[in-house]
Amino acid sequence: MKHLLSTGSLSHKQAVRILDTAGQMAATQAREIKKLPTLRGRTVVNLFFEDSTRTRISFETAAKRLSADVINFSAKGSSVSKGESLKDTALTLQAMGADAVVIRHHASGAPHTLAHSGWTNGAVINAGDGTHQHPTQALLDAYTLRRHLTGAGDPSGRDLKGLHVAIVGDVLHSRVARSNVQLLHTLGAEVTLVAPPTLLPVGVEAWPADVSYHLDEVIDSKPDAIMMLRVQRERMSSSGGGFFPSPLEYTRGYGLDARRLAAMPDHAIVLHPGPMNRGLEISADAADSPRAVIVEQVANGVAVRMAVLYLLLSGSETTNETTNETKVDA
Amino acid sequence: MSTGRKYLLRNVAPYGGDRTTVLLADGVIAAIGPDVSDDDATIIDGRGLVLLPGLVDLHTHLREPGREDAETIRTGTRAAALGGFTAVHAMANTTPTQDTAGVVEQVWRLGREAGWADVHPIGAVTVGLEGERLAELGAMAESKAQVRVFSDDGKCVHDPVLMRRALEYVKAFDGVVAQHAQEPRLTEGAQMHEGVVSAELGLAGWPAVAEEAIIARDVLLAEHVGSRLHVCHLSTAGSVEIIRWAKSRGIDVTAEVTPHHLILTDELARGYDPTFKVNPPLRTQRDVEAVRAGLADGTIDIVATDHAPHTREDKDCEWGAAAFGMTGLETALSVVQETMVDTGRLTWADVARVLSETPARIGRVADHGRPIAVGEPANLVLVDPAVRRVINPDEQATKSGNSPFRGRDLSGCVIATFLRGRATVLDGASCDEDVVVRA
Amino acid sequence: MSSALPAPEQQPEQPADATVVLGGPEIARALTRIAHEILERNKGGADVVLLGIPTRGLPLARRLAARLVEVEPTLDAADLVGSIDVTMYRDDLAQHPTRTIGSTDLPGAGIDGKVVVLVDDVLFSGRTIRAALDAISDLGRPRAVQLAALVDRGHRELPIRADFVGKNLPTSTTERVRVLLDETDGRDAVLIEGTR
Repeated sequence: MKHLLSTGSLSHKQAVRILDTAGQMAATQAREIKKLPTLRGRTVVNLFFEDSTRTRISFETAAKRLSADVINFSAKGSSVSKGESLKDTALTLQAMGADAVVIRHHASGAPHTLAHSGWTNGAVINAGDGTHQHPTQALLDAYTLRRHLTGAGDPSGRDLKGLHVAIVGDVLHSRVARSNVQLLHTLGAEVTLVAPPTLLPVGVEAWPADVSYHLDEVIDSKPDAIMMLRVQRERMSSSGGGFFPSPLEYTRGYGLDARRLAAMPDHAIVLHPGPMNRGLEISADAADSPRAVIVEQVANGVAVRMAVLYLLLSGSETTNETTNETKVDA
Repeated sequence: MSTGRKYLLRNVAPYGGDRTTVLLADGVIAAIGPDVSDDDATIIDGRGLVLLPGLVDLHTHLREPGREDAETIRTGTRAAALGGFTAVHAMANTTPTQDTAGVVEQVWRLGREAGWADVHPIGAVTVGLEGERLAELGAMAESKAQVRVFSDDGKCVHDPVLMRRALEYVKAFDGVVAQHAQEPRLTEGAQMHEGVVSAELGLAGWPAVAEEAIIARDVLLAEHVGSRLHVCHLSTAGSVEIIRWAKSRGIDVTAEVTPHHLILTDELARGYDPTFKVNPPLRTQRDVEAVRAGLADGTIDIVATDHAPHTREDKDCEWGAAAFGMTGLETALSVVQETMVDTGRLTWADVARVLSETPARIGRVADHGRPIAVGEPANLVLVDPAVRRVINPDEQATKSGNSPFRGRDLSGCVIATFLRGRATVLDGASCDEDVVVRA
Repeated sequence: MSSALPAPEQQPEQPADATVVLGGPEIARALTRIAHEILERNKGGADVVLLGIPTRGLPLARRLAARLVEVEPTLDAADLVGSIDVTMYRDDLAQHPTRTIGSTDLPGAGIDGKVVVLVDDVLFSGRTIRAALDAISDLGRPRAVQLAALVDRGHRELPIRADFVGKNLPTSTTERVRVLLDETDGRDAVLIEGTR
């Protein structure tokens, strides 16, 4: 694995290995001394063209816990906002000797472009690109699902076979949904996408997922987990082009409230990638219920990102050009 | 006008038919026949070569004035000559816009000075391509540039009233409106064809219906006001159906397809390489099949390149920030041969029709797209259909490197191009610039 | 990522040039001797924690613990044994394909104030033990750290010495020493390869 750009190119074996490694990383994070010397001398650059304090802090924590040097490069709002800037920024980071570039970008495919442009030799980790992918989010979701839903004992080596996960909300604009559909499918879970038809992409029929317009019916089918997606407020204006008529109507149809929570199976858990719009896609009852694992997702995010950084940066392949042929991008 | 030089094209096959020998002298085809000879003429051994009328492109972006860093009239027409073209129509989206008699005359004059191919400026339909009020269409028509084709290409004349007025107004000077069919509201922020691939890649979709809805509206408008309409670069199976229906009703509509829509699909977006970002976007294999069928059965009248050179900085970036467009002048004939001739769907006579005769007729260009006959202007191209060549954009004459065919091998090669009896290309290479310009 | 996957734990069949230097009975005798040495050195097993270094140090640690319990039945084998993964403390990560991280499990009472006996199969350069010492210092503060190795093949690159050795095995650096254990490999043996 040279880069992590999309969950779509992770094999079952690779995905399970990342989750297993994350498990070992999580164990180290329960210790008093959480810092490991593993990536001493390596430099990780957080290149954020879009604000995301949560994701950046998560990657920064992960890198620092592994003793990597971290450089935060926020390109938002400065002169770099489009075009040539990605290239120039990448060349600058290359000159600074970045071993890994964690990139968040508003344009779908920007991490792919960065990884294949020759602008940087470092590993490229996609921390969210446009409406395309957010692979570490999907990995931390899968890690959380595996911890809770695959039985007692050490879950190492297990996948998510047989689990049924509902992903609810703005699928159209969601990189989280795209990443999760592909990863959950790879890991053997069944996925049902639930959204109003306006918030599903044309072409969704090719995804390895079922589609429903009715949340209550899907809850009646007893999913093991329900993943609520954030609905962005700017999608709501209904004056010619809004995706739904009003927030109230959305909440009635697709919000997770106390009633729907109660209708779910006892073992089922609630996930949300955050930040939540309480009262819109999720009610306070649901968000704060013991079945919501939303805070735990954040903690698991650090372990998963440590695992990804470890697997991308610790081996010899990142430094040995002669082994390029055997690399498989993911 | 004197050429100073005569050419004897021996054993060439006009329209891919029987071999004969053609003598070019004094700018015209002086003689045709197996026994024609001329001791003063430069002899070209044409065995295995197909002779066609010089190609006419109805849709070229030459970028001058304004973006001479991407292309100039000189580099663009030289690329045209190497692609077998003897005349090109220069699209109006220059800076300043070709929306006044002054600007179109400047482009026309620069084309004449460049000498590689005749340049026929296209006039903007609306002032500054803004889609708000008509440009001075009459003044452009009456200028030295004799503009007959009007287009806001790159932007759609989406206001139905404005489109109706334009269709009506150009009737006075036998003009035609060439519509870039793109419903703007349905394509806000659009990056690629809307479908399975865009859903996966998370790129905003450009739905087929945004093209088809405008074409449907425009053919009905053209019927209503009795005008002729030209549809630029149609790209979808649905558009082909609508044109077929319109023609069956007798509506005076013509349609073009680009070489890239004949051969490339949206699957190419998967690598996020902005070389493949183009407007209208690359569509699906089903659409490719439909436009090929439409071209084969005559529903689609012509192939036009939509040659759209862009500088490296406009393409060497993430997909979303990149400019739309790809070059095409130097590969168009090869793509048509590969997709239509090699597959048996068009004859070389058909190629002459879709790449020369019909575009010349639509653009009202009198001395191009003429028959290969004695006395006709010697605007001709010699093609070797037997070779295959690997495309290297870095070796092309166009100033820009955004060819979607980099590294790909394509059928056929232009061996020689003659503009009024003067060779602009010989042995597959540009002729000496001094020689060309002197004429 | 396929190329970064770890080498399979199952090793190939014994090659033709391999020499068996220790068999099952010899290994058992060596471990019994080491167990007694540990008890003698530490005046009993009360404060001893045996930390095995995965992969083959861990079953060796378990076998030693069983022997300690045989001698001192008041001890509980489960409280004696843990595993300590040193992967993330290695100084040679960049020289090898990405290693799979093993698990670290300490006995319930932890290691503070205890005598930690690190257990590994082969002592060679000493770099693994150096990494283990770093790992231990992140996990707690033992009273003392000792080292038990089934085989010491020499060629130390660091000032590290084993307290308990099953067998000293003089080797050349081109040779390869492999320890096979019933728990991981289906039989007990120590092999030297590349001797011809």
